[in-house]
Amino acid sequence: MKYVDEFRDAALARRYGEAIARITTRPWTLMEICGGQTHSIVRHGIDRMLPSGVTLMHGPGCPVCVTPAESIDRAVAIASEPGVIFCSFGDMLRVPGHDGSLLAARARGADVRMVYSPLDALKIARETPDRQVVFFAIGFETTAPATAMTVAQAARDGVDNFSLLVSHVLVPPAIEALLSAPDNPVQGFLAAGHVCTIMGYWQYEPIAERYRVPIVVTGFEPIDLLQGLYTCIRQLEDGRAEVENPYSRLVRREGNRTAQDLMRRVFAVRTQRWRGMGEIAASGLELAAEYANHDAGKRFGHANDAPERPTECLSGDVLRGVRKPIECPAFGTRCTPDRPFGATMVSSEGACAAYYRYRRPEPIEVTA
Amino acid sequence: MCLAIPGQILSIEGDDELTRRGRVAFGGIVKLVNLAYAPEAAIGDYVLVHAGFAIAIVDAEEAVRTLEYLTQMEAAELS
Repeated sequence: MKYVDEFRDAALARRYGEAIARITTRPWTLMEICGGQTHSIVRHGIDRMLPSGVTLMHGPGCPVCVTPAESIDRAVAIASEPGVIFCSFGDMLRVPGHDGSLLAARARGADVRMVYSPLDALKIARETPDRQVVFFAIGFETTAPATAMTVAQAARDGVDNFSLLVSHVLVPPAIEALLSAPDNPVQGFLAAGHVCTIMGYWQYEPIAERYRVPIVVTGFEPIDLLQGLYTCIRQLEDGRAEVENPYSRLVRREGNRTAQDLMRRVFAVRTQRWRGMGEIAASGLELAAEYANHDAGKRFGHANDAPERPTECLSGDVLRGVRKPIECPAFGTRCTPDRPFGATMVSSEGACAAYYRYRRPEPIEVTA
Repeated sequence: MCLAIPGQILSIEGDDELTRRGRVAFGGIVKLVNLAYAPEAAIGDYVLVHAGFAIAIVDAEEAVRTLEYLTQMEAAELS
């Protein structure tokens, strides 16, 4: 496919690996923000192309992973109401809350459906006016515009049986939270390319300056990731801390203004709890007052402010880049994608699931 | 979650600001995609698609520049 295949060129990737080795003189710890990037890095073995001193930590950019358990509990409670059709992206269905997952609710008889776009959920609502249709709106700034446009259509067309449980999250406040932590090991960031397609990258400029940390807007294909790493390491070696945008075929400094305008109209910024990271000020989106009648939280209640229950899952440390999945004693033994302790093992973009899929140690043959 | 895929616009229908959409080809697969966030997109353009929405037009010149970047850096190292 055009704009995909040429960014997977193996010979160019090898040259990038050699170039990175040439410019690296010291150990560096970098973090890719986005779970899609984590998946691509582990799948293509990009971390193994780096000099031994360069460590990649995997960031909190997996929306399924950071959606707090109480939001999932609320989704399960709403999905279990009689007459409700509950629609969600597929990744979210298996993530356990405190009291099971949406898939478990479906097994108990709830009408839970997987959709590819929030527009699919709105279509179901238009076609089934006698049922309440609810969409579980999760995701970062990349996905929030899809939700915003769906809300705008529902409001304009008076689709009153359609509502949304909104749990969108924002990247820049999370980066600041990571950088402010006393145990933060990260010296440079690969910013999530498609979040920047929507929002631009001007928001990262004050962060790079304040924390003296390079932030490089990076895409998802191997060449994009290697170019992002090369650019970031070059800055670190030169003692610079700037925002750079090698993902220029899809990201402009100001982002997508049309999408931003509608997001501003449809959403209000709120404090948001992140699974494993706690509350972060101004890091979440909720429906603005004008669209309150499409707010599933207001329509159905089931608010749940119960604090996150402690578990032996280390996903909080993994999401903050403090530990790697393989450092968890339960990894791959008691915790697997089929029986996950936490969301990082559930989502295909979770760091634990990526390591499980591509990095399990070879099985040991026992010969008697 | 933030996965988005580039595809080529084959045709465009409607001019409503919320529902303008196009048929977009991803290799051999064609899907209907909402074009409201890419108001300048025209037939033949490549757009980046996420969750049923085109969120950007691919800049062909910048794509070439990205692929040539390393060669420039290598030349700079030698000079």
